[in-house]
Amino acid sequence: MHTNVTNHADASIDFNLDEARVDWHDKTLWFIREKRDKASHLIPEWEDLREYASQIKNNVLSNLSEYLVQFEEKAKANGVIVHWAADAAEHNKIVHQILKQHQIDRMVKSKSMLTEECGLNEYLEANGVEVIDTDLGERIVQLAKEPPSHIVLPCIHKKKEEIGELFHEHLHTEKGASDPQYLTAAAREHLRETFLTRRAALTGVNFAIAETGEFVICTNEGNADMGAHLADVHIACMGIEKILPKQAHLGVFLRLLARSATGQPITTYSSHFKIPQPHQEVHIVLVDNGRSVHLGKEDFRNALKCIRCAACMNTCPVYRRSGGHSYHNAVAGPIGSILTPNMDMKKNADLPFASTLCGSCSNVCPVKIDIHDQLYKWRQVLMKEGYGPAAKNASMKMMGWVLSSPKLYDFSGKAARWVLRNTPFVVSNKLNPWFKEREMPEAPKESFKEWYLKNRQS
Amino acid sequence: MNVALFIPCYVDQFYPHVAIATLELLEKLGCKVSYPLKQTCCGQPMANSGFAHEADACSQLFAENFAGFDYVVSPSGSCTLHIKHHLHTPAHNPAEQHIRQTVYELTEFLVDVLKVTSLNAKFPHKVGMHQSCHGQRGLHLSQMSELNAANYSKPGSLLDMVADIELIHLDRVDECCGFGGTFCVAEEAVSAKMGKDRVSDHVRHQAEYITGADMSCLMHMEGILKRQKSSTKIIHIAEILNTHNP
Repeated sequence: MHTNVTNHADASIDFNLDEARVDWHDKTLWFIREKRDKASHLIPEWEDLREYASQIKNNVLSNLSEYLVQFEEKAKANGVIVHWAADAAEHNKIVHQILKQHQIDRMVKSKSMLTEECGLNEYLEANGVEVIDTDLGERIVQLAKEPPSHIVLPCIHKKKEEIGELFHEHLHTEKGASDPQYLTAAAREHLRETFLTRRAALTGVNFAIAETGEFVICTNEGNADMGAHLADVHIACMGIEKILPKQAHLGVFLRLLARSATGQPITTYSSHFKIPQPHQEVHIVLVDNGRSVHLGKEDFRNALKCIRCAACMNTCPVYRRSGGHSYHNAVAGPIGSILTPNMDMKKNADLPFASTLCGSCSNVCPVKIDIHDQLYKWRQVLMKEGYGPAAKNASMKMMGWVLSSPKLYDFSGKAARWVLRNTPFVVSNKLNPWFKEREMPEAPKESFKEWYLKNRQS
Repeated sequence: MNVALFIPCYVDQFYPHVAIATLELLEKLGCKVSYPLKQTCCGQPMANSGFAHEADACSQLFAENFAGFDYVVSPSGSCTLHIKHHLHTPAHNPAEQHIRQTVYELTEFLVDVLKVTSLNAKFPHKVGMHQSCHGQRGLHLSQMSELNAANYSKPGSLLDMVADIELIHLDRVDECCGFGGTFCVAEEAVSAKMGKDRVSDHVRHQAEYITGADMSCLMHMEGILKRQKSSTKIIHIAEILNTHNP
């Protein structure tokens, strides 16, 4: 599902038209950031855990091909059918093919950002397959015909009253009802029926263990388990970077994931899938979709360490005040802004600029991705490759020229101060974005340098 | 101790009193301070906009201006961080390495190099401390709320030496003000909203002044305070530390 948004700054203007709603969105996500702080501060070895996780992931990225082959071997030995998809199109075809083989045209799906990235729902729908998302938040945005705005909390942009409206329309709940418990019960009833009648279930994968061929899915609602256990066919789709070398490494990541994501000590369900049940078929689709090209970019490769906890989104002061849809991709926020230019520089050239480079994202990242440094580096790459507006190009060239000449600098500074003092309307008007909500600084008659020449050098 | 004073371009032009306070403070503390007269800008505005390649001449000029000093000191965490991490001269000027290793933001210079333990300063006001991101998360001027680590604050320890100052508590101790260089105009909507939210945290807690170690953030918040006709004012930390306790 895709929106019409093409530019973060423009989408943010729309998002900020309703300031009270921005305040609500900001506070909701800040509450989760605070829960994350409390949970992580209860673990004395928290910073060590982050370092272990980072090192394990570094090792994975350096030996990815070997771990993938090992994982495939073990998974096959466990009786799982393994597929490789080079890109989104191949991934979608593989899933559709499996369903066709079993003559299945209705499927349940638990949360998978990878399938969002690949546009699987739209593809299957176009091919006559009905997909029901079973994660409550995902189901809500699916009913609203919107993409998720957050990778852990897909409908965080919606108020409970709006969800009540949607449920009234689609699930025939009482008009005006907004009690979360009532609405959740209605969703549960609706989904229970779906779970019992679907023969295929698709899930994501949080971690895949090379040593054993098993994979782990973390949910709070148990919807992945419900889907996978009841279906004849279980399809698990994963990006190739989800590999961990050993089962022993899981402890590090399970301790970090939920605390970083929501401030919980652990997700309600951390389900391990290894050997298919009798009479059940389990498929794993290993998806590249740009990841191996990304792996080859030294400055940016460690973004592939990401475990999709969304801590960087919750802490990001820009994300909280612009909303997930403004990032026009399946993965929003700071991590999305360094992942998506790998896929399409032109389309995503705006995203590395949707940041003040404050660095909070890098500090909360449980696998220590240098997110804000990569944002800075992406800016350099994008502008050098010519993805910036021509006017910006020209003004930066001009600025570089003026600031490299002390005489031009002195002259320009003096001129600017003169204008601000004598003809302020030239800058203090609606053409100046600064002036829209901020006054211009007062311009003194004398620069520091002029003062210094008089007071220290005469 | 030979100290070169590095004054950010916008401070030179719009906030000369902050530069004067920095100079006087360093002189009071016994430093021999020079102000290289041909300095302009550190090049950060271009670099953060993705045009580091247009800042080469600027970097070259910076290296020429600041060669040959024991230390380079600046009343700005952000500009200091830029020099420390990103000063790259085209032909690898021999001064480059030395400058990157000896450039200090004012409060870290006072705490780490001069090892100041007392100040003869007085500021009988309620003050909110704004943690500027580049100084805090880049130069580690103070502990960051995201980390599970012991608390400390270099600017905070200096403010503690000021007589009669009352530091207020904030709901969000180190959230960004939204300035972000060219971000403040390129992403005007989010930038202004971030600024308004940051200011309101200080105002809600009765700050008479908002202080900090970066004038750019303070300039942003000043723009918002003035538009709101607020009685809360901004003041650079150098101005507070440079007050006199009679």
